[in-house]
Amino acid sequence: MHPTDFTLAGALAALEEGAISSVELTQAHLDGIAKLNPRLNAYITVTAEKALAQAAESDARRKRGEARALEGIPLAIKDLFCTAGTETTAGSRILKGFVPPYESTVSQKLLDDGAVFLGKANLDEFAMGSSNTTSAAGPVENPWSRANDPDTRLVPGGSSGGSAAAVAARMALGATATDTGGSIRQPAAFCGIAGIKPTYGRCSRFGIVAFASSLDQAGPVARTVEDCALLLTSMAGFDPKDSTSADIAVPNFAAACRRGVKGLRIGVPKEYRLDGLAPEIGALWDQGLAWLREQGAETVEISLPHTKYALPTYYIVAPAEASSNLARYDGVRFGSRVTEPGSDLRDLYERTRAAGFGAEVKRRIMIGTYVLSAGYYDAYYLKAQKIRALIRRDFEEAFKQVDAIVTPATPSAAFGMDEKQDDPVTMYLNDVFTVTANLAGLPGLAVPAGLDGQGLPLGLQVIGKAFDEESVFAVGHAIERAANFTAAPGLRAGA
Amino acid sequence: MTYTIEGRTGPWELVIGLEVHAQVISQSKLFSGAATAFGAEPNSQVSFIDAGFPGMLPVINQECVAQAVRTGLGLNAKVNLWSRFDRKNYFYADLPQGYQISQFAHPIIGEGAVEITLADGTVKSIGITRLHLEQDAGKSLHDQHPSKSFIDLNRSGVALMEIVSEPDMRSPEEAGAYLSKLRQILRYLGTCDGNMDEGSMRADVNVSVRKAGEGYRTRCEVKNVNSIRFVMQAVEAEARRQIEVWEDGGEVVQETRLFDTSRGTTRSMRSKEDAHDYRYFPEPDLPPLVLESDWVEALKAALPELPDARRARYVAMGLSPYDAHVLTLEKETAVFFEAVAKGRDAKTVANWLTGDFFAHLNKRGVGIEESPVPAADLGALIDLIADKTINGKIAKDVLEIMFEEGKTPAAIVEARGLKQVTDTGAIDAAVDKVLAANAGQVEQYKAGKVTLFGFFVGQTMKALQGKGNPALVNEVLKAKLGG
Repeated sequence: MHPTDFTLAGALAALEEGAISSVELTQAHLDGIAKLNPRLNAYITVTAEKALAQAAESDARRKRGEARALEGIPLAIKDLFCTAGTETTAGSRILKGFVPPYESTVSQKLLDDGAVFLGKANLDEFAMGSSNTTSAAGPVENPWSRANDPDTRLVPGGSSGGSAAAVAARMALGATATDTGGSIRQPAAFCGIAGIKPTYGRCSRFGIVAFASSLDQAGPVARTVEDCALLLTSMAGFDPKDSTSADIAVPNFAAACRRGVKGLRIGVPKEYRLDGLAPEIGALWDQGLAWLREQGAETVEISLPHTKYALPTYYIVAPAEASSNLARYDGVRFGSRVTEPGSDLRDLYERTRAAGFGAEVKRRIMIGTYVLSAGYYDAYYLKAQKIRALIRRDFEEAFKQVDAIVTPATPSAAFGMDEKQDDPVTMYLNDVFTVTANLAGLPGLAVPAGLDGQGLPLGLQVIGKAFDEESVFAVGHAIERAANFTAAPGLRAGA
Repeated sequence: MTYTIEGRTGPWELVIGLEVHAQVISQSKLFSGAATAFGAEPNSQVSFIDAGFPGMLPVINQECVAQAVRTGLGLNAKVNLWSRFDRKNYFYADLPQGYQISQFAHPIIGEGAVEITLADGTVKSIGITRLHLEQDAGKSLHDQHPSKSFIDLNRSGVALMEIVSEPDMRSPEEAGAYLSKLRQILRYLGTCDGNMDEGSMRADVNVSVRKAGEGYRTRCEVKNVNSIRFVMQAVEAEARRQIEVWEDGGEVVQETRLFDTSRGTTRSMRSKEDAHDYRYFPEPDLPPLVLESDWVEALKAALPELPDARRARYVAMGLSPYDAHVLTLEKETAVFFEAVAKGRDAKTVANWLTGDFFAHLNKRGVGIEESPVPAADLGALIDLIADKTINGKIAKDVLEIMFEEGKTPAAIVEARGLKQVTDTGAIDAAVDKVLAANAGQVEQYKAGKVTLFGFFVGQTMKALQGKGNPALVNEVLKAKLGG
């Protein structure tokens, strides 16, 4: 077995048994990165030397009997997480050259548990996008391709496209990611891996470049549900540096995976049966529900009546917060600055931000500025907040009847890099199944459940009650086991 | 009597409201652990949060919240147990986040009132609309380099209380009295040091004028006025400008203006059309601020005595309302007064303090907290008068020497032999000598010119080098002059 083919849990066992060292494991992944990254572009920065040093240190620690939860596990870190001493760009030209002197809480927790960082994963600029084509570091390619059209390069989804592609292509055992409207779950589904956006407040946002503060949440992507559970157990937890993080104990999520679903009531929201839903997606959804029934769960039709307003609501709330969060990128203190001699402050702002931000980021800043403007605030922002409350209430009502909700993760499989690029709204529709969990602050997990007719992975989504990731993991694990998803992308390390 | 300014078309009334920014006394900033000391090296008290670095998040400083609550309680205002922070968005080089975290829709403190006392003794209540917490911006320095602006972020993130009054003031005097009363209350509470020249308190002054019986006319806001005197001047200057505009057939336009202290006039800063659209929205990085009523009650129970209560107590101790007012203006004065008055006659202490003692301080240009004569020494001096060791006249000289030499009154009296002469033999002899030397005046006195009595007292005291016990001198003189 090639070292990059281990699952994270498998690698931990192999390390523990001494079958492999962290240095070997890390080197194998670095070799994979060297081979594949020039094409896939999943990493913006590779920190090979640092990673090998960390791995060597980790091996020594394990030898001393001081192994921690993720001792020696090589990971990719989405380039939205600030990493002390390593350039952090958020996929934007405006942060070119920015080397944070501080570490994000989530990445620090992973380091504290013994993880090895391979480098910084590519992403849509400031996490804004569903195809990882808006990055200043260039687009990421999905390691999967269509069986009957292998030359068309596909997107990995976004915004955590680099994280998902790296994990799918065996260039990391797992990765950190963030999810504001679907940015963990949609790329996980497109790349045939698992990914969970935990409950809002479960992971600290400290040190993560902010996109939309009330929606952003960090989470892991990995090749199995259990691997996600192992990573989330390390990443989660209260942080006094983030006032929105929850002071709630972190359970052993990996243990929850093995709980089973017997007796659980699974909600099936009727509003998610969209007109024009791809038949393959509909069929996979039905299949997933059947698997759960076979394992002893009961499926129940539920209603989430405000679902159809979720996308428009999201595209008001998220840009509004983003327009404010991104005001700090002004060329005054850090990152890139564009100026002309003798020009004034306003000119500095205009040149810096015009050159530093890409088109999608500018579009969202403008939308956000507009919806917060005097005279429009009530009609857009305030109304969106009201609808957001209704969406949250939809879920509260539904969760009086059910323990978890299962839906498709995405309305389609991965699309071509040239497709859906003309109309931003078409692109926004990618998030139709995922944004509701962000608006309601609920945990959502994407799990690979099958392949479409072209041999591309499709995922299902499990949504749970706030701070009940355990049920989400249990249901996700049950689907994963039944689906027995063993397919792998053509482009992968060790292949 | 309503204060008015006389225009060509008759008298005009003034309507004034103040927005006061008061810097909260706290060790660290509103949302970060950085220090707040004044006068530190530029950019030496800046955390990554204050500098708006990527991924940084605000965390509320509980002490700043407590200070705002104390202030609210001191202003007899409603404490809102649920309040919320909002972002006020605008671009400026010394505003690192590109927004200020403030409280727009739901301030921590609601309506209250402050009582002001005017020169004629009138007491008036000025309504407080609200008090909210917000973070300060940094400072732009445009005079350090010919072509560059420098930024100092030490102040960035420091907690401010914005205290908004109702438009209840009707004259420059009322505006000045309100601001000085507010400053006095904050200083008593220890929630703001009130140092207006260091910028820890500054006022935006809203002024409009009207004819008697009218509703409000358009107001203008004079920004960032940094002394009580300038506030009074700015009110008057802006009112006169507006009167002129109206009387010339024009219309006052709502705008932000600046007070030019050297010219004593206001000038336009920006009009309503170029006013910022601040795009306020709830700060998503901070949950709503929820206070427990027990916590608020505990703060209330621990509040220090406020000026009004203290003044009333002094009047009850026998002081005149005026002395009570003067002694409570500054907390330090009141503390000094009470230290001296403990176990002594309050009225006597007040007379000494407001009289000679203040005069010596003023002459030296120092505040009472830097007084070279400690409270204990002033007390000892008053004791020397009370036990008749020295008389009042000598005491004034002793106080002057205390200020100059910093010795205790007993040491000075001892070293200079200033003890009062109570020996009737010595006084007898002195009186005899004076009467003998001034036979002519004695004649006149006996002929009915009794006003000469003071002359004999003066001469006798002179003969005793001022140390005679005044009562004894009087007694002996009266006897010898055949009273």
